[in-house]
Amino acid sequence: MSEIISVKSLVKKYDNDFIAVKNLSLKINQGEIIALLGPNGAGKTTLISTICGLASITSGSITVNGLDVIQDYRKTREIIGLVPQELALEPFEKVINSVKFSRRLFGKKNDNEYIEKLLTKLQLYDKKDNIIKSLSGGMKRRVMIAKALSHNPKILFLDEPTAGVDVELRKDMWNIVKELKNEGVTIILTTHYIEEAEMIADRIGIVNNGELLLVEEKNKLIKRMSIKILKVRLKKPLKKIPQKLAKYKLKLIDDGNSFNYYYNIGKEKTGITSLLSDMNEIGINLFDIQTEETSLEDIFVKIIKD
Amino acid sequence: MNLRGIQAIYIYEMNRSFRTLIQSLVSPVLSTILYFIVFGAAIGSRMENISNVSYGAFIVPGLIMLTVQMQSVNNASFGIYFPKFIGTTYELLSAPLSFVEIVIGYVGAATTKAFSIGLIILATSYLFVTINIVHPFFMVFFLLLTCISFSLLGFIIGIVSDNFEQLNIAPMLIITPLVFLGGSFYTLDMLPPFWQNFALLNPIVYLISGFRWAFFGIGDVPILTSVFFILLFTSICISIIWYIFKTGYRIKN
Repeated sequence: MSEIISVKSLVKKYDNDFIAVKNLSLKINQGEIIALLGPNGAGKTTLISTICGLASITSGSITVNGLDVIQDYRKTREIIGLVPQELALEPFEKVINSVKFSRRLFGKKNDNEYIEKLLTKLQLYDKKDNIIKSLSGGMKRRVMIAKALSHNPKILFLDEPTAGVDVELRKDMWNIVKELKNEGVTIILTTHYIEEAEMIADRIGIVNNGELLLVEEKNKLIKRMSIKILKVRLKKPLKKIPQKLAKYKLKLIDDGNSFNYYYNIGKEKTGITSLLSDMNEIGINLFDIQTEETSLEDIFVKIIKD
Repeated sequence: MNLRGIQAIYIYEMNRSFRTLIQSLVSPVLSTILYFIVFGAAIGSRMENISNVSYGAFIVPGLIMLTVQMQSVNNASFGIYFPKFIGTTYELLSAPLSFVEIVIGYVGAATTKAFSIGLIILATSYLFVTINIVHPFFMVFFLLLTCISFSLLGFIIGIVSDNFEQLNIAPMLIITPLVFLGGSFYTLDMLPPFWQNFALLNPIVYLISGFRWAFFGIGDVPILTSVFFILLFTSICISIIWYIFKTGYRIKN
C-alpha cells in the first residue's frame, strides 16, 4: 500500500509551554483504517489538528499525498474530511443546507445527486429538511460525518466518533466506516474504546504523553502481545506454591483451590507441558483446566503502564 | 482563489440575516425613523438651518453613519463569533480557504447588510426631508468604505471576544458614544472652543464630516482629511486581521 500521510518528528508546543506532541513520526497507508488509542490528553486530537490545519506546528513536518500541509494547504485539505469530537453544528440550519455549505467551502460545485446519495447512506435522507437542533445526538453525529464526506475526501479523520453514543449507533458507525474503507477512503480514528479499534482497525497506534509508543498491525500486535491465562483447578487446595513450581510464577486464587499460569502464545515454548509434568512429579492433582485470552484492552493497559 | 468557498460563507451569512429579518433590517430602520421623527420633525422644525441646510436634512448623514457603523460592527462580530461559540470554526480552518478568503466572506456579507440598510435609511429619509446629494458617487464610495472598515473592526471584535458580553462592550461602550459625540446631530463649531479641539481626537468626526460633505458640500474638516482617516482606519483594521491570522491568535490552537 502506498503512503498517504507522513508525519516526521512532529512537535506541538502550546503557548503555556505544554508540549502536546513530542517528536512524533507516523506513516499512514492509503486505504487503511488506523486507530489511535490513548488516554485523555495523550495528544491524539492535537496530532489530528496539526494535520488538518486547526493547530500550528511547532517543528517537524507533515505531508499528505506527498504535499506539505503548510505550503500546499489547499491541495492537502481538499482531500481531507474531519469529524471532530464535539458536536459542532449550526443549530438553526437545515441538514441539507449545512451539508451543501460544507461542500462549497471545499470549492466544490453543488452536486445534488451525490449529496442525496450520501444522506441516504447515512440514513439522513428523510431528515434532510429538518432543522439541526431538532435532531437527536446520534443523528447530529451522522450530520457531522455527512459534512466531512460532502466533498468526497480520500482521507477521513474521525476524532472519537462514537463517544457518548449508544451501542446500536456505534455498530452503525462501524459499518459506515467499513463501507468507506471499501470505497478506498483512508480512515484515521481516535478512540477510547479498545473494542472499536479491535473491531474495525487494520493498524493500531498507541499514543501517550504526546509520544507514539507503537504502531503495528492489529492482528500481529494482538498475537505478539497476547498473554494467555491457564486456570488450573486443583483436587486439594494448596496453602502456598511449592518450591518446585516457583519458576512458573503461579498465582494462587480461590483460597488455594486454583492457580493461574500466564504464558505468551507468541513464544516457541509455552511451558504448559513441563508445568503439568512437575505437578505430577510432586503429587499435585488437577481437577480441571481452562484457558483465557487477553484482549486488546489488556495489551493497551500493559503498554501504557510499561 | 477558492471563490466557491467565499461565496458559501457570504451566502450563509446573508441567509442568516434573512432568517432574522426583523432584527437585521426592520429594527435598525425603525430606530432611525424614530430619530427622524424626534430630531427631524419635532425638534428640527424649531432649529435654525445649518449652513443653509435644514436641521432635518442635516442629521441624515449622521444618522446613516450611526446606523451603518453599528450594523457593520454587530453583523461582522456576530458572524465570526457565533461559529467560534458553537465550535464550527473547525470547518473553516480545515477547508482549503486562505485567511483572506474567510475575511472576504464574512466582511463582505456584513458590509452588504450594513450598506443595504444605509441605502434603505437614505430612501426613508426622503419621506421626511428634502435632500439633494451634491456628490452622489462620493457618497456611495464613502458609505461603502465606512461599511467595509467597520465590518473589519467588527470581525476583529468577534475574534477577540470570549463571550457575548465582550462582544457587546465595544459597540455599546466605545462606538456608540463616539458616534453620538462625533457630530451626528451638530457641527463642531456649535461646541465651545475647548470641546471643538477635543472632538478632533474622535476619529468618527472625520467620517461623519466626510459623509456630510458628500451630501451637502460642507464638513467640519477638509474632505481629504476625512478620506485619509477612513483609509488609515481601514488599513489599521486590515493590519490587525493580518496579524490575527498570521499568528492564529484566538483562532488556531
